[in-house]
Amino acid sequence: MSEALFSAPPLAQVEIQERTGESCIANNGFCPDWIVDNFDRYVGPFFEHIYLTVVSVGIGFAIAFALALAAHRVRWTFGPISGVTQVLYTVPSLAAFFLLQPITGRGNLTAIVALVAYTLFIFFANISAGLQNVPGDVKDAGQGMGLTDRQLLWKVELPLALPEILAGLRIATTTTIGLATLAFFAGGDGLGRVLAEQPFFKSNVVIAGGLTVLLAAAFDLLILGVQRLAMPWRRAAIA
Amino acid sequence: MIVLASLPGQFVDAIDFILHERESVSGGVQVGGLGEMADLTANHIAVSGVAIVAAVALSLPLGLLLGHTGRGEFLAISVSNVGRAVPSLVLLFFFLAYLGIGFVNVATVLFLLAIPPILTNTFVGVRQVDRDTVDAARGMGMSETQIVRRVELPLALPTIFTGIRLSAVAVLATATIAPLANVLTLGTPITEDQTYGAAGQLGAAILVATVTLGADGLLRLLQRAMTPRGLKLGADEGPPEKRKLTLPAMRRESTT
Repeated sequence: MSEALFSAPPLAQVEIQERTGESCIANNGFCPDWIVDNFDRYVGPFFEHIYLTVVSVGIGFAIAFALALAAHRVRWTFGPISGVTQVLYTVPSLAAFFLLQPITGRGNLTAIVALVAYTLFIFFANISAGLQNVPGDVKDAGQGMGLTDRQLLWKVELPLALPEILAGLRIATTTTIGLATLAFFAGGDGLGRVLAEQPFFKSNVVIAGGLTVLLAAAFDLLILGVQRLAMPWRRAAIA
Repeated sequence: MIVLASLPGQFVDAIDFILHERESVSGGVQVGGLGEMADLTANHIAVSGVAIVAAVALSLPLGLLLGHTGRGEFLAISVSNVGRAVPSLVLLFFFLAYLGIGFVNVATVLFLLAIPPILTNTFVGVRQVDRDTVDAARGMGMSETQIVRRVELPLALPTIFTGIRLSAVAVLATATIAPLANVLTLGTPITEDQTYGAAGQLGAAILVATVTLGADGLLRLLQRAMTPRGLKLGADEGPPEKRKLTLPAMRRESTT
């Protein structure tokens, strides 16, 4: 890993004045020709990055959702769950990658466990906030109509909590895409690995970095689109 | 499970690395020990501290101004969205490739990372202040500056502090990759594993986590010390009591 990180600089020493394709690469410049020729190097890592993100966010959401429902039912668990997830959120993922390695070894598993741990607080806080913000009158009305607790949760409270839940999903997804660039420290895959292989080569940095940013923006817009579709009654309010 | 059996050993070895010098994995030099780890920790905190202080110095007044006037909402909010979408590693490598390595560049990257949460939270915190309160202050004859300093700032303080904590945590975490730009921090043993070995990596990771959690805890204490007493009364949120079938109580519409 480190060899790759520090193998690039000697190239930068070579001084070639002509602006041919060769010198561009030797100067670690931004070379459109090189990018066109080598773009396929980024396709694999791009999908690995999506895989890491989707799996981590999916598992994180499932766990946090269960925790938030538990805290919603059993009030006193809110404080402890909130505290523990907050500590997991505060520990830098990069440190978590190494703290986990004695247990889970090197590879995507370690990266995913650390990323999941990081998303828990974001999801838990947002789902809890969403459930808390449901107006009491609406719940009273539901109960008055004879809804059971479970029906009330799924038919009234969760739909009304959707804005906060989806806001949490947006934050968690974009953050996870960013943190997944560090997964190579845990022996994982993703765009961070190619980025770190040639950190001084502008073409590489621009393409690998640009793909990461694009990915984050694309997912953000995707969730925003889902939000509009899922909550047509909020469309007027958002605009 | 062989892995589990050797588990405590690796952590003990990592702690030992922090406490006692040893010969590097590649041989020749002495690494680890309290002296070197303290130096690295100090450097880690220095480069992060510079960035955080500079970011607060810029974002806090700007956030207060934008929040008070109600202008620039798009800027104050979208800076956070953009900030999240640009990973710290990408930002660092952009700086490496285009501007080069060194303390100033790393501090600049960390500074840029630290701005969005503070700016957005300051803006949101000020905007959330009850407009009636601000009107009352104005009616009492306070000048605009007095309103900002004596009404809006204290009331927005919890939200602002949350932003500063988020920034500090992100900056301390990102300072771990600063060695990629030739700045020695606690990330050094992590990125130079041929020299420092697995024990060094794990030891440094333990210190990074400790420093970050410690900074977060300190800022929480500071926040508690600075929050006006009146605000603390309502601050212990937690979920409201579950309501059983009762007559609907009088409810004050929330203003946020």
